[in-house]
Amino acid sequence: MEISITVNGRSEALDVPDNALLADVLRERLGLTGTHVGCDTSQCGACVVHMDGAAVKSCTVLAGQANGAEVTTIEGIGNPDNLHPMQAAFRENHALQCGFCTPGMIMSAIDLVQKADGQLDEGDVRDGLEGNLCRCTGYHNIVKAVLAAQDDMKSA
Amino acid sequence: MANETGIGAAVKRKEDARFITGTGRYTDDIGAHGQTYAVFARSPHARAKLNGLDASAALATEGVVAVFTGADLQADGIGDLPCGWTVHSKDGEPMVVPAHPPIAVDKVNYVGEPYAVVIGESLEAAKNGAEALEADFEELPAVVDLASAASADQIHENVPNNQTYDWELGDKAATDAAFAQAHHVSSLEIVNNRLIPNAIEPRAALGEYDAASGLYTLHTTSQNPHLERLVLAAFVQIAPEARLRVISPDVGGGFGSKIFVYAEETAVIWAAGKLRRPVKWRAERSESFLADAHGRDHVTKAELALAEDGTFLGLRVKTLANMGAYLSTFASSVPTYLYGTLMAGQYKTPAIYVEVQSLFTNTAPVDAYRGAGRPEATYVVERIVETAAREMGIDAAELRRRNFIAPSDFPYETPVALTYDTGDYEASLAKALEHADYAGFGARKAASEAAGKKRGIGFSCYIEACGLAPSQVAISLGAGVGLFEVGEVRVDVTGSVTVVTGSHSHGQSHETTFAQIISEKLGVPFENVTVLHGDTGRSDYALGTYGSRSLAVGGSALIKAIDKIIAKGKKIAAHMLEAQEEQVDFADGTFTVADSNQSLTFPEVAFAAYVPANYPLEELEPGLSEKAFYDPPNFTYPAGAHICEVEIDPATGVVDITSFVAVDDFGHIVNPMIVEGQVHGGLAQGIGQALLEHGVYDETGQLVSGSYMDYTMPRADDLPSFTVDTTVTPCTHNPLGVKGCGEAGAIGSTAAVMNAVTNALGVASVPMPATPETVWRAAQA
Repeated sequence: MEISITVNGRSEALDVPDNALLADVLRERLGLTGTHVGCDTSQCGACVVHMDGAAVKSCTVLAGQANGAEVTTIEGIGNPDNLHPMQAAFRENHALQCGFCTPGMIMSAIDLVQKADGQLDEGDVRDGLEGNLCRCTGYHNIVKAVLAAQDDMKSA
Repeated sequence: MANETGIGAAVKRKEDARFITGTGRYTDDIGAHGQTYAVFARSPHARAKLNGLDASAALATEGVVAVFTGADLQADGIGDLPCGWTVHSKDGEPMVVPAHPPIAVDKVNYVGEPYAVVIGESLEAAKNGAEALEADFEELPAVVDLASAASADQIHENVPNNQTYDWELGDKAATDAAFAQAHHVSSLEIVNNRLIPNAIEPRAALGEYDAASGLYTLHTTSQNPHLERLVLAAFVQIAPEARLRVISPDVGGGFGSKIFVYAEETAVIWAAGKLRRPVKWRAERSESFLADAHGRDHVTKAELALAEDGTFLGLRVKTLANMGAYLSTFASSVPTYLYGTLMAGQYKTPAIYVEVQSLFTNTAPVDAYRGAGRPEATYVVERIVETAAREMGIDAAELRRRNFIAPSDFPYETPVALTYDTGDYEASLAKALEHADYAGFGARKAASEAAGKKRGIGFSCYIEACGLAPSQVAISLGAGVGLFEVGEVRVDVTGSVTVVTGSHSHGQSHETTFAQIISEKLGVPFENVTVLHGDTGRSDYALGTYGSRSLAVGGSALIKAIDKIIAKGKKIAAHMLEAQEEQVDFADGTFTVADSNQSLTFPEVAFAAYVPANYPLEELEPGLSEKAFYDPPNFTYPAGAHICEVEIDPATGVVDITSFVAVDDFGHIVNPMIVEGQVHGGLAQGIGQALLEHGVYDETGQLVSGSYMDYTMPRADDLPSFTVDTTVTPCTHNPLGVKGCGEAGAIGSTAAVMNAVTNALGVASVPMPATPETVWRAAQA
């Protein structure tokens, strides 16, 4: 099927199989390998991207469902010279080790902070990131980073 | 002025720039022109004869390139997957090793064992082809239960009683004598539950063969690419090492499970040579559950003999260890030399005797998982010590103190073959008690009781043997490889530095910490240091990362190379400054001549080494690039005290960790931020084992915890924030005085949690994981 999607601000017209998953199209067709696939059951959250402003697990979204949508991936929120406050907070707080869950974690965390309008406490962050697995950090520093980014995003 | 990017500084990580922007490069992110896709057909049965395999429909499937069976690999001379550590039984006989073909030939022995690989033009084609395979299985009764495995059906023709070895360590007669004079004996049946490692990046491989050069290149998710290459070359017989390059790019966590050489990358690199086309494979998560090596899985009886004042007299431990269906790469060493040797813990127990029977079952192979034997040992020691304290009515902290090896006792030779170099166990415990507000526990418990809750506190004073390992000791105990490490320092013409290390980072942050060491020792700006790793084409033969060894062994090799750089630099500087070599000092990146104002910067000396205008070429080779191998003279012995406090709702059985304190002694620390992160992650895995995680097979050998919906991974809302702190007794035998920190959290924490849970409930034991149901049932008793 033919789809047109806007990914990180760029319009893309693609011919994809009906059963193609958004995660695979991002990775294989558009070369956006920052979106990772860590499980088969939408449980790990490594593949989280934003679709029309909301966090979605891109392994569970058909590419066809994204037709006409605006998609933002980890590659689209900042770059080394101009990091998104959440990216910067992850670095400042050592909220990542192997880095594999990090893109999905950051995309989920941004959505979480935006929806909460700056009102998150530690428990809210832990509840809100329940859909993203990390095996390295024990979440301690991720929680710290998200709370720090919340303050930075408020003042930004 | 302290070096802000030197040793001891909490420098932010170099690695992060790519990981937070989505530009990391993991194996599955790498593709090759014209690549094909591999899908493995996996046994649906725990134990069956494979009487035949009809691949005709699979081969006729659109897009299928090839189907390869175990027989195809054998016919091509491909060897078995070896186990790299030969353990000997009590009777002196070497362990019994069953054949382990990468792809099953005529029988399968666990659910998920590959029996064919289908190669397709696309992933979908390969999957369709695998679906079309018709395998003729004749199901046999599966051996699943570890406790009865020795008397069950024989799985392997050459392995009677399903036993690979029956091993012992320690002095049996002395231990029996200690028990004969005991005032009190505590005993405990202990099950150490099976865990599934679950690095979030699934294993993957991309095999390529270049017909023009005969060179094979394998990108794979390995913690030790050189070991991978050695096994594929020397045992599997893919190609000589010189024609085989193994690259581990960014790797998304390992925790031990990516040490081993598996069937999949073996088949992929072989098939790439056969087909003369690149072959790509990435595990789906269900494959990770089925076919990654699992961890732990022991059944143990432990007994501790005590004198009237609580002095430990003897410890007796008898363990059954589950090997799964085959011997994975280092499986045999885990319940023996990484387990029995740790049974002294932090204590002066004079007599210890350990027996371990390792048995096969029709389950996935079991091998090292974060801590590897040492968490199991700590769990035994710290559960039995806590039990004894309760039975004798002695405060659990006090009983430990009475038996600690004192700082004045070092070096301390244990009755189980290790010599601890240094430590201060009292100091760690004292600091942990303070952080945990042990004095206030009674008041908190009363408050919980008033609210209808049960509160408990539990200790774990662990020790680990890390920095694996003195090669000659390991080889004398059965290791098939040396365990040194290599480090190379290449000073560039303009004075920047490239480090090549044989250690591998899959989250540990070598690119940062190794650059800090260069910055500290050579005065080179941190941003001018690049650390390369994970490529057999770049570094000399090396042993990779596991056993908390990167800094203690790999870092020590780096220091040796740095020392050579400085020594040569001094010679060059002496020539240029017309001084005697002995008069030249080097500090803070500057060579100076004593009692003079003459000096040269490190970049000036580097430049002279490569543009040797004023240079003693007749005495000294040009260039400034040095390499060193470091073989440790002893293990390192990180140790610490973990204290867990829980509150349990008896109505629901839910365990709430209200505080977790870890005070660890890792010796000197290069980057405290990174060390804290390593501890946090280890704690999460240890707490996960205690409360959440369980690899479960049903009686037919089906894995019932085979997805993230069935296997409970610790999530953000399952865990508390942690209180972590350190004490420091520097390692006495390596140049950095470091001990290693990667496994401590997972080694110490599990016993602390379960000691707290049993303390809260007032029961002798609760099986792991202490799920709400398990705890609720225990609370009703």
